[in-house]
Amino acid sequence: MTVPPRTISPTAWTPSPAQRERAAYRRRQTVLSVLTAAVSTAAVGTLLVFAVTGAPGWQRVRESFLDPRIARDALPEVLTGLWLNVRLLVCCAAGALLLGLLIAVLRTLRGPVFFPVRALAAGYTYTFRGLPLIIVLYLLTLGVPGLRLQGMPPVLVLGGLALVLTYGGYLAEVFRAGIESVHPSQLAAARSLGLTYRQTMRHVVLPQAVRRVAPPLLNDVVALQKDVGLVSLAGPIDAVRAAQIATAESFNYTPYIVAGVLFVLLAIPLIAVTDQVTLRAARRQSGG
Amino acid sequence: MALLRCQGLRKVFAGHVVLDQLDLTVAEHQVVALIGASGSGKSTLLRCVNLLEELDDGTIELDGEEISDPRVDPDRVRRRIGMVFQSYNLFPHLSVLENITLAPRRVHRRARAEAEAQARDLLDRVGLGAKADAYPDRLSGGQQQRVAIVRALANNPRLLLLDEVTSALDPELVGEVLTMIRDLKAEGMTMVLATHEMSFARDVADQVCFLDGGRVVETGPPEQVLGSPTQPRTRQFLARIIEAGRL
Repeated sequence: MTVPPRTISPTAWTPSPAQRERAAYRRRQTVLSVLTAAVSTAAVGTLLVFAVTGAPGWQRVRESFLDPRIARDALPEVLTGLWLNVRLLVCCAAGALLLGLLIAVLRTLRGPVFFPVRALAAGYTYTFRGLPLIIVLYLLTLGVPGLRLQGMPPVLVLGGLALVLTYGGYLAEVFRAGIESVHPSQLAAARSLGLTYRQTMRHVVLPQAVRRVAPPLLNDVVALQKDVGLVSLAGPIDAVRAAQIATAESFNYTPYIVAGVLFVLLAIPLIAVTDQVTLRAARRQSGG
Repeated sequence: MALLRCQGLRKVFAGHVVLDQLDLTVAEHQVVALIGASGSGKSTLLRCVNLLEELDDGTIELDGEEISDPRVDPDRVRRRIGMVFQSYNLFPHLSVLENITLAPRRVHRRARAEAEAQARDLLDRVGLGAKADAYPDRLSGGQQQRVAIVRALANNPRLLLLDEVTSALDPELVGEVLTMIRDLKAEGMTMVLATHEMSFARDVADQVCFLDGGRVVETGPPEQVLGSPTQPRTRQFLARIIEAGRL
């Protein structure tokens, strides 16, 4: 069963006058659009600069928010704090992704035997998506140690646990959406090959589901990156808390700007990866 | 001896009776073609045989074992039955080779090298050896369907169920799939196929069953059922098919 090779080769092509005219018109339009964009961007930018630097309070704002000397002094402490953010982010993101995946899979189990498991998993996502993160943090970092149990983990671990629990709830719903987006015919095909439910999940459903929801998952990780700093409410010093301390010492807000810039720099690679993954997913969906 | 014996099958979807006291017997090495209008129960019958649907009544026996017994492990039954779907249902995240070796490796616990060698051999035989490492979205419909058939064959099934496997294909691609099924018949594969291709049913089937309203209305050799049907409903159906230029 072989297909005969194509014998017709395409004819030599020179663009027709109509096509040349169209190409020229499109080129003119492109040049015009680029010029318009450049001019309007420059105009808005100039206006903004004048509006801010020309404001009556600009001098004072610049001194209290953009003091290079204070920025230099605060940098080491803020960086030390940021290192805590990074470590927490890595651990909490891994933990929340695992927990979310587990909860999502539990929620898809069918049959009356699994009713308690399903109900528990559903109850978890409802509770922790509704509960403000700060309250979860206080409950775990102040309430749980108050029990004075033996072998109580340090406050940092409890704070991380609060983040994992809260974000796990969101990520579980994202994973579940992905699992439900896999067409039933894929399950039928897998089961018809003799794969068990577990094997079908592991080899057919989850790989497709995770690929599809990778962009929103990463988006939640970017959000988590900012929220990990909230553990400082319980004591540990993260970048924002370090900036707050430095601010209190110098009566100047510049350390906050330092922390803010560092946070953005930290987020850029993660956001870039998210965009890349989103783009790839979109290309795949359009049939590549 | 009968390889597959269905007796008194009944299946109801939301008050609608899809299979109604349906009987069907398929001998080993036999090819049975199910014909009938859309909604006559062809696909549902195939899905019930593969235990993808739960029966509302009746029994199904495979090799003398009652597989419709709820105590029977459906995964163990499905290993012995291959199924090919109208929409191919290849796994889009796996290459052709991975699609084919998934069940041999995970279900039959065969070594990767062994499973891949068998898959490559099967692919070569249907002229798709060069596509082993391609992903399904790079293949034409006919190629995808042939891979789907190979995937079902890699389990060495006793019985192959084909659910309108050419219905989603461009006319020019139907031939390559039908040729493959014809070759399978020559090798002695037992098959039950739901089809709209009457000329193919006439050509390849040992027995044609005309389904209407969830029952087998008429059954027999193709030349009898398609050539000189005795039942008025069969005649009506075939007249419509001829009118549409499909016979």
